[in-house]
Amino acid sequence: MSDSIAIALAGVSAAYGSTVALEDIDLRVFAGQRVAVVGPSGAGKTTLLELICGLAEPSAGEVGLAPAALMPQRDLLLPWLSALDNAALPLRVGGLDRAAARAKAGPLLQRLGLEGFERARPAALSGGMRQRVSFARALLSGRPVLALDEPFAALDAITRAESQRWLDRALASEPRTVVLVTHDVEEAVLLADRVLVLSPRPGRIVADLEVALAHPRETGDAQVQAIRKAALAALGGHRG
Amino acid sequence: MKRRATYLLAPLTAVVILLGAWELYVDLGGTDPDVLPPPHAVAAALYDYRGDLWSNLLVTAEEVVLGILAGAVVALGLALVIHLSGWLRRALYPLLVASQAVPIPLIAALLVIWLGFGLGPKLAIIGLISFFPVVVTTLAALDQVDPDLIKLMRTFGAGRGQTFRYVELPSALPGLFTGTKLAAVLSVIGAVFAEWSGANSGLGNLFRIADTQIQTAPEAYAAVVVLALLALLLFALFSAAERWILPWAYHPPR
Repeated sequence: MSDSIAIALAGVSAAYGSTVALEDIDLRVFAGQRVAVVGPSGAGKTTLLELICGLAEPSAGEVGLAPAALMPQRDLLLPWLSALDNAALPLRVGGLDRAAARAKAGPLLQRLGLEGFERARPAALSGGMRQRVSFARALLSGRPVLALDEPFAALDAITRAESQRWLDRALASEPRTVVLVTHDVEEAVLLADRVLVLSPRPGRIVADLEVALAHPRETGDAQVQAIRKAALAALGGHRG
Repeated sequence: MKRRATYLLAPLTAVVILLGAWELYVDLGGTDPDVLPPPHAVAAALYDYRGDLWSNLLVTAEEVVLGILAGAVVALGLALVIHLSGWLRRALYPLLVASQAVPIPLIAALLVIWLGFGLGPKLAIIGLISFFPVVVTTLAALDQVDPDLIKLMRTFGAGRGQTFRYVELPSALPGLFTGTKLAAVLSVIGAVFAEWSGANSGLGNLFRIADTQIQTAPEAYAAVVVLALLALLLFALFSAAERWILPWAYHPPR
């Protein structure tokens, strides 16, 4: 892990009209670090991601960062493009011609376990495969930070568990700074180096837990469960 | 195979029931057969006048196809312009809606005076009738583009033009086809009005001549049958083209 800072939020608040979504957020994320953000619905998790992706402006405070690439909750693949062309879309936007973009995206899709499905349209892929294409697309945007917005929330339980293990391996081979928003505390502890707990609206950071465990982690592991309980306690302490 | 058979059987059954009811109604004295000829008389006219009907069908079909294409091109351009500019949307949309309230026979006569008896006024009238559904459905498709998709494109560094090219334009195409299918049906009526006002060939012209001579009512209804078949054929052709060009947008009916 390098000591350079990828994301620096200082005293950041964000508001829509009279609704304050985030309040007084101080956050420094080191390059290569994986941060998970958990919090109740309406705690401003999505707003936090939009700030990090440069899609929203703070109403107060300073945001210093290299804008992140987004992997949205719904895969948002273009139904008329093949898996390969969907993944290559950021390269096309960046000015590469079709052949060059495909040549660059092809090997990545193969590494992500999508060999043989390059020419399939999204409708012909499973939910888990579509998320992999979406992940490949985010990687190929070339941005150093990945913002993952509840990437597996729409998947069934078995596919979600598989996808979590797959993401863990994929991030080991394609290391990036990651901000993972999830409502699944266990997912956060399994995948991240650091778990931030947000309070209900307006969202504030009420816990910042370090997860210094080797990958891959097991659900049944005692240390995983201990951190999970600590995160749940921080969440519960701000309920009601 | 069985599915395909049902596809044909269902509409054929409906047509047979409708024709049977019509035949019975006229045969039992429901109306004067000179005004509403029974189906068997129309069928006989279809056969007797097949040469006339065919040559006039070719004239009308040409007008309709060219008119729809002209209307669709204008409509796509208008929809894109309206989509890209809120000011133009507010300025033009009411005019487009209002344009559909103009009685076609009225301007048909006017257009014939302006443009003569040739193809010009026919294309203008068919285009005028067919562009409106295409504008509306294309705009609807553009308005349904997921705003999160637009945001996602921004995180890739896409400008307005790139988002348009990679996301909005392809999203508009299913709407373009939906509108064109609607236009295919409406434009057949447009062709009749256009030919009514000044033409010496085409099914609408045939209809006009037959209508003024009441003893040729079966011939007029035969022309209506041919017009209906033309509308069906065009609808089917545009549906097939849509499936071929936009396979990703096709969801088979249940």
